[in-house]
Amino acid sequence: MFDAVARNITFLLGGFAVTLELTFFALTGGIALGALVGLGRISTNKWIYQPVTLYVNFIRNMPLILVIFWFYFVMPIIAGRPLNPFLSAVISFIIFEATYFGEIFRAGYQSISKDLTSAAYSTGMTYSQTARYILIPVAFRRMLPSLITQSIVTFQDTSLAFVIGLQEFVRRTSIVDNLEVRSIQLFGFVAIIFFIFCFIGSKISRHFEEKGRKLGMI
Amino acid sequence: MGFAYDFDWGVLWRQPYGIWLLQGLWLTIKIGFVAWIVAFFLGIFIGTLRVTPWRWLRFISTAYTEIFRNIPFLVQLFFWYYAGPMIFGESLGRQINQIVGLNFYVAILALGLYTASRVAEHMRAGFASISRDQYQAVLSTGMTQYKMYRHVIVPYALRIIIPPLTTEFLTIFKNSSVAMTIGVAELTFMSYRIDAETFHGLEATSGAMLIYLILGLTVVRVMGVIETRFKIPGMIGRE
Repeated sequence: MFDAVARNITFLLGGFAVTLELTFFALTGGIALGALVGLGRISTNKWIYQPVTLYVNFIRNMPLILVIFWFYFVMPIIAGRPLNPFLSAVISFIIFEATYFGEIFRAGYQSISKDLTSAAYSTGMTYSQTARYILIPVAFRRMLPSLITQSIVTFQDTSLAFVIGLQEFVRRTSIVDNLEVRSIQLFGFVAIIFFIFCFIGSKISRHFEEKGRKLGMI
Repeated sequence: MGFAYDFDWGVLWRQPYGIWLLQGLWLTIKIGFVAWIVAFFLGIFIGTLRVTPWRWLRFISTAYTEIFRNIPFLVQLFFWYYAGPMIFGESLGRQINQIVGLNFYVAILALGLYTASRVAEHMRAGFASISRDQYQAVLSTGMTQYKMYRHVIVPYALRIIIPPLTTEFLTIFKNSSVAMTIGVAELTFMSYRIDAETFHGLEATSGAMLIYLILGLTVVRVMGVIETRFKIPGMIGRE
C-alpha cells in the first residue's frame, strides 16, 4: 500500500530532517525575539512601544507565503550576494513567528499581578530573586500551553518554505510524486507524519493547561 | 559588489502588471468569501455536534477538528488536489482532472474544510460559556432539543464568538495565498509572476503587502460594525 513511500523513504525522511531543522531554528529565534517583542509591547516608552506595535500588527496582517517571498527577494540586496533558501526561510520564519510569540509573552507578562510582586518583596526577596523565583516561573507556567500550541503551528508553517524551492518534507514528497504518481499514499504519508507529531504536541499542551488550571494558575 | 539593485516601482502600475495585481486581489477576495461560507456553516454544524448528547456524533466532530487542525494546510491542499480525484477511481478521476478551473474549486473546498475545523473549535468554546441553567430554562418552555439548538443556543453562541470569528475571517484571506502552490492566480501568485517576468519581485511583493494590509484593515472595519450590531447587551466587548 505504501510501496512508493518505501522505495523513496531515505529521500523523504531526509526532507523531514530539513523540516525539523527549520522548525528548530524558527522556534529558537522566534521565541527569543518574541520574548523581546512582548517586552516592547508593554513598554511605557512610546519610542519602543509604537514601532514594535506597528511591526507586530503589520506582520500579523500578512500571509506567511508573501513574507517568505519578500525576504527571499530582499535578502540578496542586503547581503550583496545570493543567499541560500534555507537561511532566507529561517530569517522569514523568525521575523514572522516572533510577532505571534510576542503576543503570547505580552499576555504572560501582563498576567502577573502587582500583588504577587508585592507579596514577594514583603518576604524580603530582592528584585532579582522575585524575578528568578516568582515572576518568571509563574509567567512561564501560564504561557506554556500557548507556547506549545504556537510551536506546533510553526512546525506546520515550515511546510510553506516549499515555495522558495527549499527541499523540505512536502517539497521532496511532491518531487517523488512527480516521478511515481502515487499521490494518495505519498501525501497521505506526509499527512500522517505531521498529524502524529502535532497531535502529540496538542495533547502535551492540553496536559499543561489542565495542570495549570488545577493549580489555579491559569 | 556587483549586486546593486535598481528599484523600479513602476511595475506596480505599468501595464499589464498593475492589472495583474488587481486581478489577483479579486481572486483572493472570491476564494476568501466562498470558502468562508463553506467554513461558517460547516463549522457551526461540526461545532454543534460536539455538544450533542450522542456519543458517536461527538466523536465524529472531535475527529474532524483534530485531523484538520493537526495537518499543515499546504499538505491538505496538495492531498485534495493531487490525490482527491484519484479517490474516485481511475476513469472518474481522469474526468475530474479535466474540469476547467479545478485548482480554483479545490482551493475553495480545501480552505473551507480547514477553516471549518477552526470555526468549530470557537463554536465549542462559545457553547461552553453558556450556562447549564439556560439550557434547562429553554427546555422548560417546552421546546424540543432540536428547536432549542436552532432558536436559542446556536444563535446565542454565535453572538458570543463574533470576535474570534473576525480573526478567522481575516485569516482565511491570508491562507488563501497558499492556493498559489496549485497555480491559482491570486494576489501572491501574481506578485510572484511579476517577478518571473521583470525580476522586480521586491517591488511586486511590497505592493502585494500593501494591498493585503488595506484588505485586512477593511475587513476589521466591517467586522467592527457587525460586532457592535450583534453584541449581546451586558456582555464585555473586545478590548
